[in-house]
Amino acid sequence: MTSTKPTSADRKSAESASAAVHVGTSDPRTLIMNNLRQSGIFVALVVIVALFAFLTDGLSLSPGNITNIVLQYSYILVLAIGMVIVIIGGHIDLSVGSVVALTGAVSAVVVIRQGQPWWVGVLAALVVGIAVGAWHGFWVAYVGIPAFIVTLAGMLLFRGLTLRVLDNISLSPFPAEYNRIAAGFLNGLIGGDGYDAFTLLIGGIAVAGYVVSCFRTRAARVRYQQPVESFALFVARMALVGAVVMWFAWQLAHARGLPIVLIILAALVLVYGLLTRRTVFGRQVYAIGGNLSAAMLSGVKVRTVNFWIFVNMGFLSAVAGIIFSSRSNGAQPAAGNMFELDAIAAAFIGGAAVTGGVGTVVGAMVGGLIMAVMSNGMQLMGVDQSLQSVVKGLVLLVAVAFDVYNKRRAGASR
Amino acid sequence: MVSTDDNILEMRRITKTFPGVAALQDVTLAVRRGEIHAICGENGAGKSTLMKVLSGVYPSGSYDGEILLDGAPVHFRGIRDSEQRGIVIIHQELALVPYLSIAENIFLGNEQRGAGGLIDWNRTNAEAAKLLASVGLDENPMTPVVQLGVGKQQLVEIAKAISKKVRLLILDEPTAALNDIDSAHLLDLMRRLRDEGITCIMISHKLNEITAIADSTTVLRDGRTVERLEMTSGEVTQERIIRGMVGRDIDSFYPDRVSTPGEEVLRIEDWSVRHPTQDRLVVDGANLNVRAGEVVGIAGLMGAGRTELAMSVFGRAYGRDITGRLFVHGRQVRARTVAEAIGNGIAYATEDRKRFGLNLIEDIRRNISAAGLRRLARLGWVHDNEEIKVAETSRRDMNIKAPSVMSVVGKLSGGNQQKVVLSKWLFTDPEVLILDEPTRGIDVGAKFEIYTIINRLVADGKAVIMISSELPELLGMCDRIYTLSAGRVTGEVPVAEATQEKLMELMAKDKESVG
Repeated sequence: MTSTKPTSADRKSAESASAAVHVGTSDPRTLIMNNLRQSGIFVALVVIVALFAFLTDGLSLSPGNITNIVLQYSYILVLAIGMVIVIIGGHIDLSVGSVVALTGAVSAVVVIRQGQPWWVGVLAALVVGIAVGAWHGFWVAYVGIPAFIVTLAGMLLFRGLTLRVLDNISLSPFPAEYNRIAAGFLNGLIGGDGYDAFTLLIGGIAVAGYVVSCFRTRAARVRYQQPVESFALFVARMALVGAVVMWFAWQLAHARGLPIVLIILAALVLVYGLLTRRTVFGRQVYAIGGNLSAAMLSGVKVRTVNFWIFVNMGFLSAVAGIIFSSRSNGAQPAAGNMFELDAIAAAFIGGAAVTGGVGTVVGAMVGGLIMAVMSNGMQLMGVDQSLQSVVKGLVLLVAVAFDVYNKRRAGASR
Repeated sequence: MVSTDDNILEMRRITKTFPGVAALQDVTLAVRRGEIHAICGENGAGKSTLMKVLSGVYPSGSYDGEILLDGAPVHFRGIRDSEQRGIVIIHQELALVPYLSIAENIFLGNEQRGAGGLIDWNRTNAEAAKLLASVGLDENPMTPVVQLGVGKQQLVEIAKAISKKVRLLILDEPTAALNDIDSAHLLDLMRRLRDEGITCIMISHKLNEITAIADSTTVLRDGRTVERLEMTSGEVTQERIIRGMVGRDIDSFYPDRVSTPGEEVLRIEDWSVRHPTQDRLVVDGANLNVRAGEVVGIAGLMGAGRTELAMSVFGRAYGRDITGRLFVHGRQVRARTVAEAIGNGIAYATEDRKRFGLNLIEDIRRNISAAGLRRLARLGWVHDNEEIKVAETSRRDMNIKAPSVMSVVGKLSGGNQQKVVLSKWLFTDPEVLILDEPTRGIDVGAKFEIYTIINRLVADGKAVIMISSELPELLGMCDRIYTLSAGRVTGEVPVAEATQEKLMELMAKDKESVG
């Protein structure tokens, strides 16, 4: 667990390299091995992206397809943010698919059936999601029922309520404003010839913000006499991140512009990345998952923390529910089926430990992207649905096997 | 020496070493056929290790020396081997499966099969009923074990041993968790078993029980046999046994300290705690206090309620129905949660740092900040550079040997882990530190460092309560020592007047004589 900004692959690897430079006592090989769990998934993502770019003759990296991936998998990534926090705390949530369906259904009833404005639907969905989270949190934290059971019950319960709310039929279509949440783009605001200048501008602002934050972190490190990487490496790292972000923005600018969901997702990743690393709450989640008894005897209010973990999961499920209902332009009784499994898989592929206490939001995002790029690539290649499922299953298994192997190795050297 | 023919068991020159430690050295043990033989010794004297050697938990070849059963050498490779020869050990922590019935537990691994290899339930239950009658337990064999109290569970264990045709029954602290009535019942049963020809070995801290029931006693100290005492004459007193158990010099490896106690920091009055699941008091009306600049010891045998007392004071982290008053600096406080206890300046460093003290998968830095994280935070945001600084300061002050404060705590040695635990609690800036077995499982050099740290703390005006099973450690470190027996404070001894014999006597005092 190094303290890095939740930004990108190269930062992480640069971080381990910097440690190698400044902690003279350990040899670089050990450091690389120790950081393999962290950096390994970034390597895996790059390999998978390259593999599918090759297999699809570059089609997977085309502007249109990149936009598609963002639109198609954003709600899974939103769920994965909440799920990785649940898993770090040592729990699991099997109900998120049903909660996505329920919140989408409530929103659809409010907006489509009752004719309320779009934002009333959004608010209603969020309230329902938070209430569901509080329900789970109550049973897990205050009654002491294992989350597996509570959320398994929730999965059935909220699927049933979804059917009730929708009277067993699909509702559609949403008004255009609601559709814009998942299908809308911010573009053409400042023109551009064949591309969207606004998207590039936002990309530029993001890179600038990243650079500023890096400099500030570095300055603080120096002030506290902490080791920092060499200046050349520092600049190279920022240049690489900047290049990747700008290339990404360039591709989007040549397709349909900046998707609104991407802005929502980026904001959530930023906020939750900081929440898990930099707040008392986030630290306590890691402490509880790492050693429950020790956390309790260190004065952590375990029940309160567990309660809020689930309230937060409910909130993010509602966000995902809104995005999904907006994207599918309506609410269906079977919406969100199996989403929980995709979110759980993303968290575990991203390095979260089955026993709790380990995991990062960025890791879960990369894990989710690995699943997304694989599914998308196989679809582009026309691979059979059944085979897709087999491949995804094997990837999950190998990822967790790697984690278990890693832990056993660490345990043996103890 | 008794002639070999009479001995059912002889263990000769048993030596067992663990990496860096000799747990047993040239231990001899001779047990006569049909007697009750007691084994005494302080915690860590090697009693349990010896029994593990005997029962094959440590297989033949992993120790030196020989074991003779009925005069012939035996080589056990596991518990199954020793059980086949009629040696059964009943551990302090009972090994019953809670949700299986009494009969199923008795015949676990030894199922009564009928036609076609299927379990013959009628025979199982009928045989179990007979066995229960023989140990005087009036319960339906189909009752799940979880519904029985500890005393009755112990009887089920003995019935199970009898079903295995036991000839040599070993009981490890059989009465530690029992109330007086159950203890008396168990001792009666042991006498009856002896009269039926079953030899018993009993490990016990309760010297009154040993003088009452044992025919002979072997005393161990520091992994060596001290002596073998014949008890049948009735001349061997508890004091005589104690002398054998503690007769060693206090090593002079306790750093010197000038003691200048100041004002009272913590006081506990009429403190009583009930066991979380069983209906008995584990702490019974305890009174104690500690002053600034003072180290106060708590001595007690296993099961005396030391840890339970400490944890119940520390934000009611143990037990239920806690009654009594708690004062910090003369002001009565309510510490109903751990967070409140920390807020009132109380810190508790656990005896089991791996299970209760540390997050082993996290680094040094985050373990140190775990209890006092709010000191590093403003509006819920942790100042992480400040956190590193705090950790670095601790690493230097405590001399934690690790490449960096980002090193994972699980990979450190016991002594360094303990320093991390101490750092964590010092960062909460406590008024009083309760240290539960602060030197358990760490090597001599690190022990000295821990002692030095403790002395530094009291010199800075902190109050320290130190719980330890090692009497020399308490005598070397403390200003005053409280003794605890069966949940009651049985004595308060200034260190100048304290001897191991005196403490041991107070620690072994039973309820009746306390009054």
